[in-house]
Amino acid sequence: MKKQPLSDRRKFILNMARGVGLASLGGFVWSAYVDEVTASTLLLRPPGAIKEDDFLKTCIKCGLCVLACPFDTLLLAKPGDNKPLGTPYFVPREIPCYMCPEIPCVPVCPTGALDESSVTTNGKLDINIADMGVAVIDSQNCIAFWGIQCDACYRACPLLGEAITIEYSKNERTGKHAFMKPVIQNDICTGCGLCEKACVTEKAAIFVLPREVALGKAGDYYIKGWDKSDEKRLENATSQTTTTDISKESAVDSLNNDMKDLY
Amino acid sequence: MGTLWNNYRYLILRRVTQISLLVLYFGANAWGWKILMGNLSSSRFLNFVPMSDPYAALQMLAAGAVLGADLLIGVGVITLFYLLIGGRAFCSWVCPVNIITDTANFLRRKLEINRIQGKQPATRDMRYWILALSLIISAIMGVAAFEFISPISMVHRGIVFGLGFGWAAMLIIFLFDLFVLKDGWCGHICPLGGFYSLLGKFSFLRVHHNEANCTLCMKCKNVCPEHQVLHMVGKESLPVLSGECTNCARCIEVCDDDALEFSIRKLAQNKKTGE
Repeated sequence: MKKQPLSDRRKFILNMARGVGLASLGGFVWSAYVDEVTASTLLLRPPGAIKEDDFLKTCIKCGLCVLACPFDTLLLAKPGDNKPLGTPYFVPREIPCYMCPEIPCVPVCPTGALDESSVTTNGKLDINIADMGVAVIDSQNCIAFWGIQCDACYRACPLLGEAITIEYSKNERTGKHAFMKPVIQNDICTGCGLCEKACVTEKAAIFVLPREVALGKAGDYYIKGWDKSDEKRLENATSQTTTTDISKESAVDSLNNDMKDLY
Repeated sequence: MGTLWNNYRYLILRRVTQISLLVLYFGANAWGWKILMGNLSSSRFLNFVPMSDPYAALQMLAAGAVLGADLLIGVGVITLFYLLIGGRAFCSWVCPVNIITDTANFLRRKLEINRIQGKQPATRDMRYWILALSLIISAIMGVAAFEFISPISMVHRGIVFGLGFGWAAMLIIFLFDLFVLKDGWCGHICPLGGFYSLLGKFSFLRVHHNEANCTLCMKCKNVCPEHQVLHMVGKESLPVLSGECTNCARCIEVCDDDALEFSIRKLAQNKKTGE
């Protein structure tokens, strides 16, 4: 049987279908790739960086913050670093943030991905309120927790005596020595990483993590009733009521029917 | 020597421009120069004039980012510049990937790969579809989608700030252009080229064809990376009005008969031809 030549209409429809198909194919591969490469959460950003989701939208990857950094702390993620490509980050164990008072990396940002207002108090740049992350201590491997005297992190901290405090307690093992344990004050720590750099253990026993990774969240169910400012959180509290087999009737009914619904 | 200059003058000027820009950017990172700081995505000229990639800004806008004032001024500066001198002048005079794809294209001609692969299996309009797709994906994913895969930024940022595996991106483009598709990256796929094609539709600096001098040797079409823009060669005396022309001027220098020359677009003439 001889094949008929394709009609123009059929050609048009086939071409349209091909275009849509190819666009979807490319679109899905592209989206999947972008989703994967932006998924890294263990990344420390320069001071003043806005929330990670917004940062990924807003950073244009120009490297002006990297050029401005006098200590070569900041790096741009290269292909092969397995970090969101081209965005700035730092590795405190190699080069920490030295918390320059004039914060040269922030005002140069052309897009506002590094937000000057987030590191400004009373109209002046203030690096002490920067929030790059928060230091975390591995108390099993910190030698101060063993009873060996070491205050390397405490001494290295640029907010000396504020971001890291020393807690004294008796060393029951020897009966005559003291533990001098470093404790991080989460609300003061800027995440600069000078402690991580200074830590004497082979792999740092104190290290900086992004705040969202390192910190928990008590939520609205738990309020410090003795603290007026904490009680304010109740104003915006949300609650969620769920119904289960046990709670579908009132508590009294549930107890009075021989707790049958429990079994 | 005179003919060498005559036949390659624009090519030499383009390479000098491309490489000087790279050196200036590199010097800002390596030696603290303040002439050109940043990279092609966004930079500062003389530590004062902001310059930003308008296509990157467009994706950021689609992604829902709030754009800062510096960025908007930078976008304005670059948009105005390329509106005047031809959008795709970026491609042939600034973009470092152009050096890679020109080399692939040169080898393609010398090795006569074009003769075993005459038919091009893809349309050059693909770049506009990819441009649209990049904005859609940016909107859905909430990040500037092309900026995370762009080999242009990868190569340029790599040269200025450290390459990593960026050399692989260079090699992929080179092999693709050499063996898969003639003018594959710059002429078919690159949405930044597509964006500048649209921007350059209205520019003033144009290549002009003088039909009276043309001997139909077709050297210009052979060397042109966007040969469809030279549709008037040997037929009519017209300026090259397509935004896809990169103003690389290779056609001008290979022409032995002075049938092609740069000119400033005549607005009156445009009305006549309906462009």
